[in-house]
Amino acid sequence: MKTIKRMWPKLSLERRRNLQGMLFTLPFVAGALVFFLRSFAQTVIYSFHDLRVGPSGFIMAFVRGDNYRHALLVDQTFIRTLVETTVRMVSDLPVIVAFSFFIAIVLNQKFKGRTLARVIFFLPVILAAEVVLRIERADYMTGLLETSENVGIMTGTGLLSFLTYLRFPDRAIQYIVLIVERIPDIVSASGIQILIFLAGLQSIPPSLYEAADVEGSTAWESFWMITLPMMTPLILTNVVYTVIDSFAAPYNQLPVLIKDTAFRGVGFGVSAAMAVVYTAVVIAMLLVITGVLSRWVFYQDS
Amino acid sequence: MALKAKAVAALVSLLRTLLIIGLCYVILFPLFSKVSPAVMERRDLFDQTVRWIPRHPTLENFRVAFVNMSYGRAFLGSFVLSSSVSLLQLLVCTAVGYGFARFRFPGSGVLFWIAITTLVVPPQMMMLPLYLNFRYFNPLGLLPEPGINLMNTYWPFILLSLTGNGLRNGLFIFIMRQFFRGMPRELEDAAYVDGAGALKTFSAVMLPGAIPALVIVFLFSFVWQWNDYFYSGMLMSNSKILPVMLDKLAMATVGTDVEAHMHYVSLINNAGSLLFMAPLLVLYVFMQRYFVESIERTGLVG
Repeated sequence: MKTIKRMWPKLSLERRRNLQGMLFTLPFVAGALVFFLRSFAQTVIYSFHDLRVGPSGFIMAFVRGDNYRHALLVDQTFIRTLVETTVRMVSDLPVIVAFSFFIAIVLNQKFKGRTLARVIFFLPVILAAEVVLRIERADYMTGLLETSENVGIMTGTGLLSFLTYLRFPDRAIQYIVLIVERIPDIVSASGIQILIFLAGLQSIPPSLYEAADVEGSTAWESFWMITLPMMTPLILTNVVYTVIDSFAAPYNQLPVLIKDTAFRGVGFGVSAAMAVVYTAVVIAMLLVITGVLSRWVFYQDS
Repeated sequence: MALKAKAVAALVSLLRTLLIIGLCYVILFPLFSKVSPAVMERRDLFDQTVRWIPRHPTLENFRVAFVNMSYGRAFLGSFVLSSSVSLLQLLVCTAVGYGFARFRFPGSGVLFWIAITTLVVPPQMMMLPLYLNFRYFNPLGLLPEPGINLMNTYWPFILLSLTGNGLRNGLFIFIMRQFFRGMPRELEDAAYVDGAGALKTFSAVMLPGAIPALVIVFLFSFVWQWNDYFYSGMLMSNSKILPVMLDKLAMATVGTDVEAHMHYVSLINNAGSLLFMAPLLVLYVFMQRYFVESIERTGLVG
């Protein structure tokens, strides 16, 4: 300490600023080292070992790639769940982003009850607790309610019988019901995305639209020429956020599987291997998706 | 023709209203479908005329849930946990964000990317090492083997938040960095000219201006911590905090002969879920402006 105090006046402004910056970020550095990076590295290490937790600590035995072999080849549910989760994430992604974009545009228009609508749309973000959702899924009473005729229109079963009654072609019914059944999930997952798009829409200077209007542009043209390009960075942001969020969704079986394997299943080692594969997949997906999309992002002024 | 334009506008308005109302219904449905069973009496279960509105509304289910969840203590536990974590996260992430925003020191780029990575990496990667580290807590090997058992205490969370590695810390660091970047440099220059050091500048000049962003970070952190079951369930599975107690309530009847009366179980579970969500709803009602306008206020966009 004394040395620093003595040396302080002699340090250049730049040096001082550097030290101050490091001081401000110090807690995070400490935390990242002790918790994040160390845990990350440890999980990777565990994935190559057989780990057992005993009364006096834990014992490890090096088993090379055995855990990976077990997770990928022997375990019956891992690959399947992984593929399921990824496919669902990829198929939901454009829907969620497009939907939130659309809703944000609607919520940006002036109409009565706009604030209330925004408040309601954001509600799922507040109320999304895993415990509650788990209970909801298995609940008997709400299950009953959903199959009753009045409510049924909103859910698959009611709509199904309604459309069959109207003699719609089977394939069409299947598609429609499939889409309708996903609506609640999509809507619940769009809360933050809607807000982000909304903020973005509001940040587009109205003068741009006015200028376009003077030039005789239609609303459709304004949308494609002004709104969409200006929103592309946010589309990217929302895509990234949605990818991350959908892997954290409650109906994602993978985390449960990994947890169970560790505490109730084959062991920590295999669980760690699963976690590593899972993380690799997530990061790979993210890199691929952002790589592809970045080409289309329009940056105004860097 | 003006009339045609008016007709089109009216039609659009009508469609929009229908869409918004329809989606609000979808969003609010899960909430309402909990209220109905929660206030039903047992005899209403077998009453054929009762669908949504019970003949004998009662608060009995809430009482049962309240007692079995040890709601008083659990509420306090969750409240203390969420508040302290959020407060710590707030302080640390703000300081760290400021460090990244205004100081360019060697390694700041890498560190910032690490902060973002904490968001991307699924928690499963950190799950095992975190569990083991807190079960046999022995920093730097200073303590006698096998270290202290920190399970079921608040310590893991305190330590994590204190070092900027709490729940979604990457997001908060990112938000604060963006926010500080958006503040005019003139403020800091003026402070410097007035002879203020970095710390003084931070606390007296930057912080007061950042209050909206601070509130938002606190609120989001509070809500996410309240709803979290991954970490709380893993590290505090025997403590009296809400997510754990709700889970216990729901699991308590599985496998017993009470399960035969799944209707009744459903009533209690729904009441419990509502009790769990109620504080957040209250918070949301009072602070909804902060939540909904959060993206705009923190200057993440535009």
